[in-house]
Amino acid sequence: MSESKSAGVLSLLKREVILAGLRKGEREDGRSLTEYREIEVKTGYVGKAEGSALVSLGDTKVIAGVKVDVGTPFPDTPNMGVQIVNAEFIPVASPVFEPGPPGEDAIELARVIDRGLRSAEAVDLESLVLVPGSKVWTIFVDIYPLDHYGNLIDASGLAAMSALLDTKLPVATVEEGEVRVSEEKKPLPIKTRVVYVTIAKIEDFLVVDPTFEEELAADARITYAVNEDLNICGIQKGGSGAFRVKELLDARDIALEVAPKLFEKLPGKPGA
Amino acid sequence: MKNSNIQLIDESGKRVDGRYPNEMRRLRIEAGVLKNADGSAYIELGNNKIIVAVYGPHESTPKYLAEPDRAVIRCRYSMAPFSVSDRKSPSPSRREVELSMVIRQALEPAVFLNEYPRTMIDVFIEVLEADGGTRTASITAAAVALADAGIAMRDLVSAIAIGKVGGRLVVDLNGLEDQYGEGDMPIAMMPQLNYVTLFQADGVFTPQEIEDAFRMVADPIKKIYREQKRALKKKYVDVVREVEKSE
Amino acid sequence: MPVYVENRQIVVPGELIADKNRFRVEGKVYERNGKYYSKVLGVVFVDKENKRVNLVTLKGKYIPSPGDLVIGKIVEVGMTNWTVDINSPYPAILPLTEVFSKPTSVPRSELSKILDVGDIIAAKVVAFDYARDPLITIKESRLGKIPKGLVVEVPPSKIPRVIGRKGSMINMLKELLGVELVVGKNGRIVIVGKDRAKMELAALAIKKIEREAHTSGLTDRIREFIMEKLNELGGGSNEKQ
Repeated sequence: MSESKSAGVLSLLKREVILAGLRKGEREDGRSLTEYREIEVKTGYVGKAEGSALVSLGDTKVIAGVKVDVGTPFPDTPNMGVQIVNAEFIPVASPVFEPGPPGEDAIELARVIDRGLRSAEAVDLESLVLVPGSKVWTIFVDIYPLDHYGNLIDASGLAAMSALLDTKLPVATVEEGEVRVSEEKKPLPIKTRVVYVTIAKIEDFLVVDPTFEEELAADARITYAVNEDLNICGIQKGGSGAFRVKELLDARDIALEVAPKLFEKLPGKPGA
Repeated sequence: MKNSNIQLIDESGKRVDGRYPNEMRRLRIEAGVLKNADGSAYIELGNNKIIVAVYGPHESTPKYLAEPDRAVIRCRYSMAPFSVSDRKSPSPSRREVELSMVIRQALEPAVFLNEYPRTMIDVFIEVLEADGGTRTASITAAAVALADAGIAMRDLVSAIAIGKVGGRLVVDLNGLEDQYGEGDMPIAMMPQLNYVTLFQADGVFTPQEIEDAFRMVADPIKKIYREQKRALKKKYVDVVREVEKSE
Repeated sequence: MPVYVENRQIVVPGELIADKNRFRVEGKVYERNGKYYSKVLGVVFVDKENKRVNLVTLKGKYIPSPGDLVIGKIVEVGMTNWTVDINSPYPAILPLTEVFSKPTSVPRSELSKILDVGDIIAAKVVAFDYARDPLITIKESRLGKIPKGLVVEVPPSKIPRVIGRKGSMINMLKELLGVELVVGKNGRIVIVGKDRAKMELAALAIKKIEREAHTSGLTDRIREFIMEKLNELGGGSNEKQ
């Protein structure tokens, strides 16, 4: 058996230990069921990027970098800038990651983060138009997990949002249809901030911010993206199990309860 | 998804295609439509046309994907190039990769995978014409195709989207509503066991709207389930009728 | 109400069948919270007198079971064995030792002369436990290569209907048509006979049994069907004379 396959299998003994703990309302690292691991956000980590952030969520580490470029808008949104979120599960981060193009998990992660940001209109894409219909700013957000010890979605959400909040956009002027990018920079306009709260279902228990082993023990997971108004701006169920409606509503309540604590960890909005 | 000047719901509460908020589009399902596949289904939901083939359980190919204690489901959701207004490249897009995965995960809870160790079950979904709501229609049809293949299951899976247009929750967004509406929340359920197997959303919803959406989806899920059952039984019930008539 | 379905009702997976303890519930069902639910697209047979319910699947692949007679097709010739398709997710292995009763050494090049790719065999399942592919044998009498005949396939769950109660259906086919039938539990039936037309008629009759397996009065209907077709055949040959 390859190392990657072995690392992706939880021993039954370990699963029993996790469950025994949950029945007593305890987790292995001493957290309550609705508690996050220690969160650290370091912005401006990569000098060459227009914006970047290194986030650690317990032992999970994710770096996000923002690069910008002048490009063409999508045909159906000629008066909006372009936002592209990509994730690469590089083999550095885990024995379960194989080298090669993004697999379904990496694509799912990127799309979940993208949908949350887009639904909340976090980046003010309408302010990124240089020449309507032909020249707009394209904002690339690239997410790289560096160490995968569970809950990549929430860690990546924090990293992507922090990197966007850290982003300085060059000041551009348009003369006779030509775009000139100056040395001067100003913050990327952000309308609202977004956080992602993922809750794993392990038998009948709902567990916030699952570790890698808790993820392996879980039947399914649910992610709620939450904006600053405490509305839901994205949902993704994952995993091969199923939820009761009540469990999904309980998870929603938990997400809304813990979201403010995540907002505290994010940098403030530019100008705020 | 972006607000626009297009009015998607009028003063009397009617939608662009004349439906009321809690009304789903015309639904028709047919089971056993393909000769080669072990199980198959065809679904029309409004203008959506989707065909699903199930092959298996069969020997795992490639062998290293096999699991010693259960069957592995392989799912491929694919949109034909001619299924949408602008030709879609036949190579899988990131959207199709994600949908293949979430559709698989919406079906897996319903299948007794441990009845078929070391095997593989293929679910191939081909969207022939798309008009909003293809992922949920695909799940509905795929559940029928799996049952049609004689695969052991706990329940069927029935799916439909709740959306938000003009600030209101509505059932089953069509393509136009999906493009210009404020939100889309696809939901799949095992209708008899009452479990949710797919739950996604984009757009902004208040916490209360999440609850309302589940209340609103119950009735359409029942209707879909009834049509799935009818489609699966039709072939066999027809034979009984024919035999009774001849006697 | 202990039973929620009618006799011969078609059910889909997840449909409620019966409460536990009142009836003996067999076949493709699963139990949950003291109730039985259907596991497959199937037909339910309710025997109220004997308080028995049996749910039979209408489709599905063959799962090998030791002792089963199966009809196989050779798909691969190996070094010391053959791989045999038995209409199952699990391909069967026929080792050299299950072909000859005495220890025999046959060079690999000779193996395909004994059984070649495409050959049809009648075999018996010796062992199967899911962990390894099923082991089959042709060492017993009446097993081995079937050189001539017509192979018909039906869902394995319908084989009991093809056989009929105490062999009533199959015996009727044999008598009326003068053919031999080798019936594999895996849903394959080989029709052997001299008269091609009657063999084909047997195949048609089996297809009709498959299609109407879940209906009642089947044996009588099949008899009528065969008699009618035999008359047509007889009429046809008269015209030629």
